[in-house]
Amino acid sequence: MRCTGGPHVTLSSRRRQLYVLSAALAVTGLSVATYRAVELGFPITPGATSSLWTVEARIQFERFTPGPAKAMLAVPSDPLGFSVLSENFISRGYGVSVSDEDGDRIALWAIRRTEGEQSLYYRLRVFRQADRSLAVPAPPFPPVPELEEPFASAMDAIIEDVRRRSADVETFTATLLQTIASASPDDNVRLFIGDESDPFAAARAARTLLAGARVPARILQVLPLPDEARRVEMQPWIAVHNGKKWLFFNPMTGVKELPKSLLIWRWNGDPLVRVSGGVRESIEFRVSPSVQDALSLAQQQAASHGSRLAQFSLLDLPLQTQQVYAVVSLIPIGALIIVLMRNLVGIRTFGTFLPVLVALAFRETRLIAGILLFSSLVAVGLALRLYLEKLHLLLVPRLAAVLTMVVLLMAALSVLSHRLGLETGLSVALFPMVILTMTIERMSVVWEERGPRDAVIDGLGSLLVAAIAYGVMDMAILQHVAFVFPETLLVVLAVILMLGSYTGYRLSELRRFRALGGHGP
Amino acid sequence: MIFRHLRDLGVLGINSRNADLISAYNRRALYPLVDDKLRTKQLARDHGVPVPDLYGSLSAIRDIQEFPRAIERHQQFVVKPATGSGGDGILVFDGHQDDRFRLCTGVLLSWDDLAHHLANTLNGQYSLGGHPDRVMIEYRVQFDPIFDEVSYLGVPDIRVIVFRGFPVMAMARLPTRASHGKANLHQGAVGVGIDIANGRTLRGVLNNDVVDEHPDTGATLSGLQVPGWRKILLMAARCHELTGLGYLGVDIVLDVNKGPLMLELNARPGLNIQIANREGIMGRIRAVQAVADTSHSPEQRIDFSATEFSLTKRAATA
Repeated sequence: MRCTGGPHVTLSSRRRQLYVLSAALAVTGLSVATYRAVELGFPITPGATSSLWTVEARIQFERFTPGPAKAMLAVPSDPLGFSVLSENFISRGYGVSVSDEDGDRIALWAIRRTEGEQSLYYRLRVFRQADRSLAVPAPPFPPVPELEEPFASAMDAIIEDVRRRSADVETFTATLLQTIASASPDDNVRLFIGDESDPFAAARAARTLLAGARVPARILQVLPLPDEARRVEMQPWIAVHNGKKWLFFNPMTGVKELPKSLLIWRWNGDPLVRVSGGVRESIEFRVSPSVQDALSLAQQQAASHGSRLAQFSLLDLPLQTQQVYAVVSLIPIGALIIVLMRNLVGIRTFGTFLPVLVALAFRETRLIAGILLFSSLVAVGLALRLYLEKLHLLLVPRLAAVLTMVVLLMAALSVLSHRLGLETGLSVALFPMVILTMTIERMSVVWEERGPRDAVIDGLGSLLVAAIAYGVMDMAILQHVAFVFPETLLVVLAVILMLGSYTGYRLSELRRFRALGGHGP
Repeated sequence: MIFRHLRDLGVLGINSRNADLISAYNRRALYPLVDDKLRTKQLARDHGVPVPDLYGSLSAIRDIQEFPRAIERHQQFVVKPATGSGGDGILVFDGHQDDRFRLCTGVLLSWDDLAHHLANTLNGQYSLGGHPDRVMIEYRVQFDPIFDEVSYLGVPDIRVIVFRGFPVMAMARLPTRASHGKANLHQGAVGVGIDIANGRTLRGVLNNDVVDEHPDTGATLSGLQVPGWRKILLMAARCHELTGLGYLGVDIVLDVNKGPLMLELNARPGLNIQIANREGIMGRIRAVQAVADTSHSPEQRIDFSATEFSLTKRAATA
């Protein structure tokens, strides 16, 4: 027989492979997680909630004689600061289509033959999303409107006056809007806005005057989103472009603001509804807020995005299976703890992964009760096992006998603690009994072969590692991240792989080899 | 770095042993050769490495009835699981008569007790991973009196670490009362380093403490001359060719009539030998690495080790 040579792959190339693999795994895991957190809005912390609003627009009109009818409604597209979760078009017998017209999204309901009072509903569900970039492009400078006298002179006078009291586009707009909105407007202003109290009329006047000063401006139609469910009215808002970005003004006060609770419905002031084949059209809006778990929200939103990554989420599984995976996804983290404890610290345990399973059981029993239950089960089982040894049973029947006894013991403990009113005793059934049996068997062999001291040391080591694994696996943030972002387990895998190439000393070896150099810790 | 001290001493840690030596130099396919002592024994006989005689072996429960015939011509014998580890499951018998079996400790076993032990062993109680096992019945070594003064009952043996065919470190493992006759340092046996150059024992180590006397007998540990040292080194070195394993622990016992006998081989030898020699093994491993790529006969290899790892020479040059 020939002696074999050294390793087939050189050390450095093996290391390099490992580093590349680990880095690739970690980067993949982190980038998928980041994408899902940032783009799809999956919450990073547990228990996060988001505000969600349902906006319902009801269009009503009448048609006195049977015939075709069409209704058009401008609907929001990608409103600033919000994400659209869903939208529904509800009607009886109407066909619905959505189209883009000059940057407006128009929903068109059409029916071949109808009669009487008609109701059409548009339902939109939105939630607030912190940063969404604005897609509306910068407009060209508007031409100065050509007005007839006395409007032209009035406009010149107003612009002249406001320009004197302002420095730039921002202050000009603010001053102008304040002038228009003032309680006692001068004659020039009154000429423009008339005596009407319609806010849209004031906004249109403001836009005309802004155009006179060649400031690009748009009238927005915004919908306030209140904290309680109620009817709301569409309001005008003014957006001006200062050459760099859009500035938003409240036309009623002249204050530069865009409250978070305003939903920009449309970027122009044109009528929202147009009906052909009907009369007396009207529209009203109802808004009802609701607080929803950010998690389900993110999921629904991802689904509406049609994101393929979202389709591969654990959250898509049936609820019961989800609960299983909420626990299962923690196991790799427990395994990592085992790796750390065994290969870096050097604690001896029974069975490689027994402590992880015990730690999972601790999640139900809590730590102290769990340790007590586990120790008493193992102690009684061990005593019985050592007695069985005397009966000279064969190995497999003896293991089966111990397993049966473990089950009986667990049942007895549950019944007993229930009698005593200790509910934690009931959760003893969660201990992995086969694993428990093997622990008792291994421990009894060690007990007989190496003495009680080694058996107890290994047993305590297992318990210690289980307690540490429990402490880590019980962290709410880890549970949440492992379940919602299972791809982060790739990072755990990367760390485990890297630890697999750790060939340095274990902490316990400091003690073990202390006879070697005379001194040392 | 807290481990600097150990690194400076060239101490081999368990992680490094597993990754840099065992997985690099011991092909997994070769493990069964050493994990199954019956196969090891067969290989050793084929290669002319002396081993204790095999009286018989049991492979299944029904073979237990063959047991009395295997031992009818031998008063003394040893019963061993073929794949056991750490000395677990080994029984040493002093004599037997009419279904009564006397252990070397004086305890009497009934045939029922013994048959139960055999059945447990066959069922895999002592094997790695609980796999069904075989039982071997073999010659009981008549220990050379060299270690009588420094052993309490049990089996004193010599462990030689062989790296790529070169013996790199050796120790004697001497049972104590505390170790229950086991030769495992972890269980309280005394480890005594041996100078590779001449087979002389060094000071001992007991539970991580340096000792000069055996705790039970009080006899001085250092300065004992292991007989037939060159023969032992040669046996150990040849176990490399026997198995193909690059990092190997060879366990040898000294029989008063038959000389050194190879008892078993270990593909994952422990690290305590460093404690017994009070020296890290990495310096010697590196010295072998430097020359191991050219081919050497076993004799050349032990000559290299004897000069390179000689403590007297080292003391002289230091």
